[in-house]
Amino acid sequence: MTETASSHRARASRLRGLSTRAGVHMVLAGYTLIAIFPVFLVILNSFKNRRGIFTDPLGLPGEGTFSLEGYATVLTQGDFATYFSNSLIVTVTALFLILWLGAMAAHALAEYRFRFNTLLGIYLILGIMVPIRLGTVAILELMVDLNLVNTLLALILVYTAQGLPVAVFILTEFMRTLSRDIKDCARVDGLSEYRIFFEVVVPLIRPVLATVAVFSMIPIWNDLWFPLILASGDATKTVTLGVQQFIGQYTVNWSAVLASLSIAILPVLGLYALFSRQLIAGITSGAVKG
Amino acid sequence: MSDPVTDTAKDVRTRRKRRRSGGLHIVVFLAPAVLIYSVFSIYPLVESLRLSLFDGLEDGTAVWAGLENYATLLFDPNWATQFWRAFWNNLVLFFIHMVVQNPLGLLLAALLSLAPRFGSAYRTLIFVPTLLSVVIVGFIWELILSPLWGVSETLLGTIGLAWLYQPWLGLESSALTTVSLISVWQYVGIPMMLIYAALLSIPDELIDAARVDGLNGWSIFWKVKLPLILPTLGIVAILTYIGNFTVSFDLIYSIQGALGAPNFATDVMGTLLFRTFFGQQLQVGDIHMGATIASMMFFIILVGVSIYLALVQRRLQRYEM
Repeated sequence: MTETASSHRARASRLRGLSTRAGVHMVLAGYTLIAIFPVFLVILNSFKNRRGIFTDPLGLPGEGTFSLEGYATVLTQGDFATYFSNSLIVTVTALFLILWLGAMAAHALAEYRFRFNTLLGIYLILGIMVPIRLGTVAILELMVDLNLVNTLLALILVYTAQGLPVAVFILTEFMRTLSRDIKDCARVDGLSEYRIFFEVVVPLIRPVLATVAVFSMIPIWNDLWFPLILASGDATKTVTLGVQQFIGQYTVNWSAVLASLSIAILPVLGLYALFSRQLIAGITSGAVKG
Repeated sequence: MSDPVTDTAKDVRTRRKRRRSGGLHIVVFLAPAVLIYSVFSIYPLVESLRLSLFDGLEDGTAVWAGLENYATLLFDPNWATQFWRAFWNNLVLFFIHMVVQNPLGLLLAALLSLAPRFGSAYRTLIFVPTLLSVVIVGFIWELILSPLWGVSETLLGTIGLAWLYQPWLGLESSALTTVSLISVWQYVGIPMMLIYAALLSIPDELIDAARVDGLNGWSIFWKVKLPLILPTLGIVAILTYIGNFTVSFDLIYSIQGALGAPNFATDVMGTLLFRTFFGQQLQVGDIHMGATIASMMFFIILVGVSIYLALVQRRLQRYEM
């Protein structure tokens, strides 16, 4: 191949590379806009008065249209502080239980040989295929019997049961890949099986625990079904249910509706901005290993 | 995998260890998870199946009904129309996710795997809707599509398509498609991430070898990468199928209410179950019919999963990477 021919070809491929790159960016940027714009629009308009919302929905809030009246209505009418603390208590407690109990069970399944090991493993991950919601009728009866209706504990227990199968599945798979030597060393050093779990295994699985936390957290925080059925009382409402019912009452007050939506969105976006790097790294690495 | 000889040696050691401590720690490790999971997940499912085989009497007691409730659900004109309509709507929902959400997720993942500049920014932003509560997503789109606000009309107007605008959520003909597309908008981040991760895990040597063999980017994608990520696509498909029967409730209940407005056009199994169990307007709540519908959903999911396991999983080779 002569030198000119190869340089021609290099230039052609560079040009093609350039147009491909432009195409890639157009598709990705275009879809990013579609993904973000609706959220942006709601937050933008929540800072406007009624006139601003309707006459110029796409404009920035400015003189004559800027207003916080929606937020004022939401903060005086709705009990969003309570809803937030309820959601937080339920999500954090359930997440803690899922990770702790899930990791212990996964450790037992991955580490020890005992009768029914495989069978128990299959039993524990059945819940991935069978959504817990299908047992709602009986769950409500059970909660009535246990006197747990309208308590946060009811939600915590159900979400823990809901999250365990995925947690056990991912953690068991990962724990099987851990080296046995390090645990056997610890055994030789005389550590008890419990200390081996807490002091040797848990530090090793920390990155996977983060992945499982993300996977389990989103459906719990966003769930509408169980709060609606098990804990719809004023004192136990979660944010998702609170917003849903608040909007149901204030459908005609657009600034209040937009403000309540923004109040529910902003903390999630804030947390996401802080943790998105870890979160996405966790999802991708977890999926590769799982 | 490590050397089988040392493996056995370690197994012997582990087994000896287990005998020494009586295996109590295994019970301690497993019991809490098994207990909570059995009581709040497995028992309710079994109990629901049992309840579907009984009928409630006026005085609150239940009598054995066998498969009568199922016969009612499938053949009684009052129930059958509702059941088949909801089932059909679920299938439509699943179909739209399969032809829109998953190919779109594949496209975005394929583009992201080329490692363009700002790739992580795109990835982060496209995932935002997935994090939001379905309730919030539902209301956002209800506002945006509302003829009262007119945002959609204005936006379509800027590209000269204002005449296209219709109150899609309120029309029987378009409500279900619109709801499905809203759900696609929210959840496309999940297939995107899963497929993206699978694409990243393909070893570079394979791609290099293909390039040396003279394949261009396009055929590398179709002939090398796509076959390698088929197992992931299978998992995405079955997750879409299961999610379609459960998660669809939240969105439809938020936007269209428990009656699947307009005129049941968006009624799915989830809303039918909710309505039957709790009662709605003139209808009295019915535990046993509710349990029957839940059990039908269980069987429908079971059929889907079995088909997946039998057909897809067996054919897909697992590539060790």
